[in-house]
Amino acid sequence: MRAWLPLLLRLALVVLLVAFITSPGWFEPLLKPLTENNAPAIYNQGSLLTLTLLHLRTVLIATVAATIVAVALAILVTRPAGAEFLPLSRSLVNIGQTFPPVAVLALAVPAVGFGEKPTLIALFLYGLLPIFENALTGLTTLPANVVEAARGAGMTGWQRLTKVELPLSAPIILGGIRLSVVISLATATIGSTVAARTLGEVIIAGLLSNNLAFILQGGLIVAALAVLIYDGLSAVERYAARRMGSEAQ
Amino acid sequence: MTIRFDKLGVVIAALAAYAAFLAPFATFRANRIVPGQARSILEALPITTGPLLLAILVIAAFVALFRTPLVLRLAAGIVALAALALLIGDAGTFLTPAGNTFARVSPASGFWILIFAFTLLLADVLTRLDLSPWARVGVLVVAALAIGLLLVSGRWDSLSILKEYSNRADSFWAEGSKHVTLALGSLLAAVIVGLPLGILCHRVESLRAGVLNVLNIIQTIPSIALFGLLIAPLGWIALHVPGAAALGIRGIGTAPAFVALFLYSLLPVVANTVVGLAGVPRAANDAARGMGMTDRQRLFGVEFPLAFPVILTGIRIVLVQNIGLATIAALIGGGGFGVFVFQGVGQTAMDLVLLGAVPTVALAFAAAIILDAVIEMTATRRKVQTA
Repeated sequence: MRAWLPLLLRLALVVLLVAFITSPGWFEPLLKPLTENNAPAIYNQGSLLTLTLLHLRTVLIATVAATIVAVALAILVTRPAGAEFLPLSRSLVNIGQTFPPVAVLALAVPAVGFGEKPTLIALFLYGLLPIFENALTGLTTLPANVVEAARGAGMTGWQRLTKVELPLSAPIILGGIRLSVVISLATATIGSTVAARTLGEVIIAGLLSNNLAFILQGGLIVAALAVLIYDGLSAVERYAARRMGSEAQ
Repeated sequence: MTIRFDKLGVVIAALAAYAAFLAPFATFRANRIVPGQARSILEALPITTGPLLLAILVIAAFVALFRTPLVLRLAAGIVALAALALLIGDAGTFLTPAGNTFARVSPASGFWILIFAFTLLLADVLTRLDLSPWARVGVLVVAALAIGLLLVSGRWDSLSILKEYSNRADSFWAEGSKHVTLALGSLLAAVIVGLPLGILCHRVESLRAGVLNVLNIIQTIPSIALFGLLIAPLGWIALHVPGAAALGIRGIGTAPAFVALFLYSLLPVVANTVVGLAGVPRAANDAARGMGMTDRQRLFGVEFPLAFPVILTGIRIVLVQNIGLATIAALIGGGGFGVFVFQGVGQTAMDLVLLGAVPTVALAFAAAIILDAVIEMTATRRKVQTA
């Protein structure tokens, strides 16, 4: 019975979330007490469903791009030809993390204009770091005997990479992607300060018109999305780790 | 003798060549918001220093391109960066027509790429030198002093970012101190609450999952929403709790920003305290028990010192994160460098954005270097003691 409880809670959260973004009108009585002067309780300058989908699309594009670049970079610096870049790439990742997202967003605006593009750039840069770090950890902490055995079996460098090294480090890389997605989901809301269409729009509208109901619904949708996606990716990660004989633990 | 290329040097030289010859070095604008006109190095600098800068950059790029001794690479990086830093100020003076107070000169993409390329060279040398923690802090202090000296000397006064500064000098320092107070104050509060909470979670297993889950969920709430959500409860407290308003607790402004940063800071502090305490070797605890230490003695004499580097790592995450997040406080009237960033975005005045962004990045960067050094010192001291 207890084992079913978390699953049941998650299911309830999914149902609640879908119900809220498709027909927010049902929840109006709940949010009404939070508004003043008869202000609208449900965001009325755009559909929550569209904003949620745009929000997810922005995060998805940025994460896919970040994953491709970060994993490619990690592979490059762990090959003999790129080994020289390894220590430097570590320091760069460290430095990159000190750039606040707001600064990246604001500085990207003159280069690419307002809207979705600066948000994508900021999310991409922010997404790179955790994925790169985890991919690096995964690729540099492989059990030496396994890599040695692959070499002894006559595998070429490419075969070793695609058949041994990447599958073995997949759980750790997935962990990095999960972290990056959760950070991006929250950071994407800041994109609305430079006119990107994300759920941040709802929150900022709430801040500007002093409407607590808007702030709450925007924040809760993002938080619910983050919790669900985090859980989903954790499950994928556990599955990958089990397939790899759970040496990732 | 064969000539060997340095792989990173190829990247640096390519970047430097593009930036020095093809990209604009400075931008000239008739006033602060019109689009600018690009100026190359030779156009932006007087007839004497322009070619000199190009010569320095070419030589430094060649030093980077080939496999050269580390000392030479270090010198090349420093000289190139120093020349760029000194001469960008001259470009400002040279391009601004005499007596014109509306014209703005700002560094353009070529300048920034050159800075990036040679910082890369310097970062690579410093990484390869494998400096001790003290030496790294030393390098940071020297760099900060050099930049401070340049700022005080007035060499950069003709650049647009400093013109924005001189228009707002008072509010710059006021917002700056607010920013630091917010970031450090919320960290301090998170340590005061988070450490005991972490110890409690370590001791009482049934609490652990619950507390960490709640803190995890707080992290998923977007910062702008959390800042906004705290306005109402704090406003209520200010109205209904006697003395709260006198303490500076208000619905908008610094109080909700402080509480939001505090809530975000709790997770890394508590989680790292739990992880650090869990990582204390069983043997150490058993030995301490065998010596007849009380629980309290064991906590402060054994567990805490051993877990300290891990806890510090949590504090480093929090501090760097807080310095960045504090910029968002400006959205709810909490002040900080974010004020300039959002004002700048609103007016599409990028120099104003830079005035807010550059000090924030510099603060976060310095905090990261200093705390990394401290973490390394405590970690190696522990190794020496346990060896």
